[in-house]
Amino acid sequence: MSQPILQVRNLKVEYATPDGSACAVNEVSFELAAGEFLAIVGESGCGKSTLLFAIAQLLSSPAEVTGGSVLFNGVDMTSLSDEELRNLRWKDISVVMQSAMNALNPILTIGAQLTDTCRAHTDWTEAQIAARSLEVLSMVSIDAVHLNSYAFQLSGGMRQRAMIAMALLLNPKLIIMDEPTSALDVVAQRSLMSQIQVLRKKLGFSVIFVTHDMNVVSHFSDRLAVMYAGQIVELGKTQEVFLHPKHPYSMGLMEAFPALKGERKDLVGIPGNPPSLVARLHGCYFAPRCDKVQAICTTEIPPINDTDSNLSRCHFLNFENGHN
Amino acid sequence: MKRTILKLEKVTKHFNVGKFNSVARLHAIDEIDFEVRESEILALVGESGSGKSTIARILAGIYEPTSGSIIFEGESLRQIDRRKIRGLMPLVFQDPFSSINPVFKVGHGINRTLKLHRADLTKPARLELAVQLLEKVGLTPGEAVMQRYPHELSGGQRQRLGFAQSLASNPKLILADEPVSMLDVSIRIGLLNLMRRLRDVDKVSILYITHDLASARYIADRMLVLYAGQIVEEGGSEEVVASPLHPYTNLLMSTAPDPRLPFVELENKGDLGEPPKVINPKPGCRFAPRCPLVMDICHESDPKLLSISATRRVACFAVKA
Repeated sequence: MSQPILQVRNLKVEYATPDGSACAVNEVSFELAAGEFLAIVGESGCGKSTLLFAIAQLLSSPAEVTGGSVLFNGVDMTSLSDEELRNLRWKDISVVMQSAMNALNPILTIGAQLTDTCRAHTDWTEAQIAARSLEVLSMVSIDAVHLNSYAFQLSGGMRQRAMIAMALLLNPKLIIMDEPTSALDVVAQRSLMSQIQVLRKKLGFSVIFVTHDMNVVSHFSDRLAVMYAGQIVELGKTQEVFLHPKHPYSMGLMEAFPALKGERKDLVGIPGNPPSLVARLHGCYFAPRCDKVQAICTTEIPPINDTDSNLSRCHFLNFENGHN
Repeated sequence: MKRTILKLEKVTKHFNVGKFNSVARLHAIDEIDFEVRESEILALVGESGSGKSTIARILAGIYEPTSGSIIFEGESLRQIDRRKIRGLMPLVFQDPFSSINPVFKVGHGINRTLKLHRADLTKPARLELAVQLLEKVGLTPGEAVMQRYPHELSGGQRQRLGFAQSLASNPKLILADEPVSMLDVSIRIGLLNLMRRLRDVDKVSILYITHDLASARYIADRMLVLYAGQIVEEGGSEEVVASPLHPYTNLLMSTAPDPRLPFVELENKGDLGEPPKVINPKPGCRFAPRCPLVMDICHESDPKLLSISATRRVACFAVKA
């Protein structure tokens, strides 16, 4: 495998709260290869957005990186100054935010916002900027007339695609996407996902895609990371995680959404709620909700099992035989 | 066949849009007719802008329909007092974080509904019933939950509280407007199971409004598919999903991701288009601009919603009975 473009090692992010520090990202490690699509799924409050913000170095007080490192092309992002980060942003890493309506400036046209980005990060001439703006809009199949449109004149799907066009402006190597599809209808979701896939194959950038709806990424991501209470509890090839989940939490998730085809089965979901991130639990964070819980789960921190297909953070590797 | 409790006939709602002297009329829903039967879950499926929430609001008495009639248990909805309508057909809202008053304890909302709609009950009987209702929707222990404030509840628990509040008026029908779309995946299924239980055990009918076909199939007996303010397909939820007839239902089916199924590459990889805003519409099928089966006639006249079997109706020129 070629040198990974991004290496996250034992990353830890804590929020200072009146009740003590809340550990939103707890010892998270993963690598991302050039051109790879990694999806991160998890429930609200599991720390998935905080993880993205930590990677992009966009955290602000009271959140703070308290341990670990984020290596982008071998450079530790956590040690860079604001100026150095500014040089990296957009050229190397760009971010697509969750709500396009709030992320786009309502009083500037789409064209003006594209121009703004180019001025801040390049020394291009007006003509170069105009040409590039047209080019990125056509990549996401938005008509050139919308250079003069305001955000409110675009539909939800178009706004989200305009955000992606903006992220593509300077040909970044990594695009970080925070729930870009969650405000869209199914049909628009599908268009957007197909478009991201086509562009990624053509331009070769890597994607980290965060979502709470894992169905959306099921057929698009190369690998899938499942987050729970600030930790990655399972990481593996997307189809492998969907079809043969190793961690009881992923197993529960896979059983929690109804299917469109096949037999109409009764489903149960996962009882209980995610733990508070302030209270430090002993042992496995999922133990209170786990239907396979054993004595060891509440006393000892589960190891990370590394098998050929995926990583899982559980005391037990195989639930089919042996452990009961 | 089950008894009909709610019947809509040619219900239409148009809104004036633009400046005060503008002639533009937004057709939110056009000639909607369907019925809800006793102890059944009927799903209204559609994308944003399809008019599904407009229907719920008209039923709840928030909007007055432009034309058409709504008959609830043999009585025209217009003849019924608004406050009474809220008790007959309570609404459960999409957003559990803004639909519950944050300054009152959980008990307050239920108690108030009981006071308004169950005047026959004494105070101790009300309290007892409130506890029972909370426990029925899975908020246990009821007495302790009554003393909590909404912010102490999670999203899933708040939505359960929403159902407990609607049950307080002892309704025949609950209008549930996207009740699970804001909840996490692991919590959703619990709410869906609760709705099934309310139908099976308490014999309450539910109008389940959603954009998610899979969850509609999971809980609903019958399904209506809406597009741009019109019903395009109706049928038993299992048969609609197993063999969709309208090309729009087909589009919804093919774009809904399901990791358990092999990936189907769509022919059209680009923009799949979006539903139109229906302002002063010309005759013609509203889905025609996006339809793969489009014919000349589709641009000339409106397809009628025709029965093609005892249970199914579809509005499409390309579908033969």
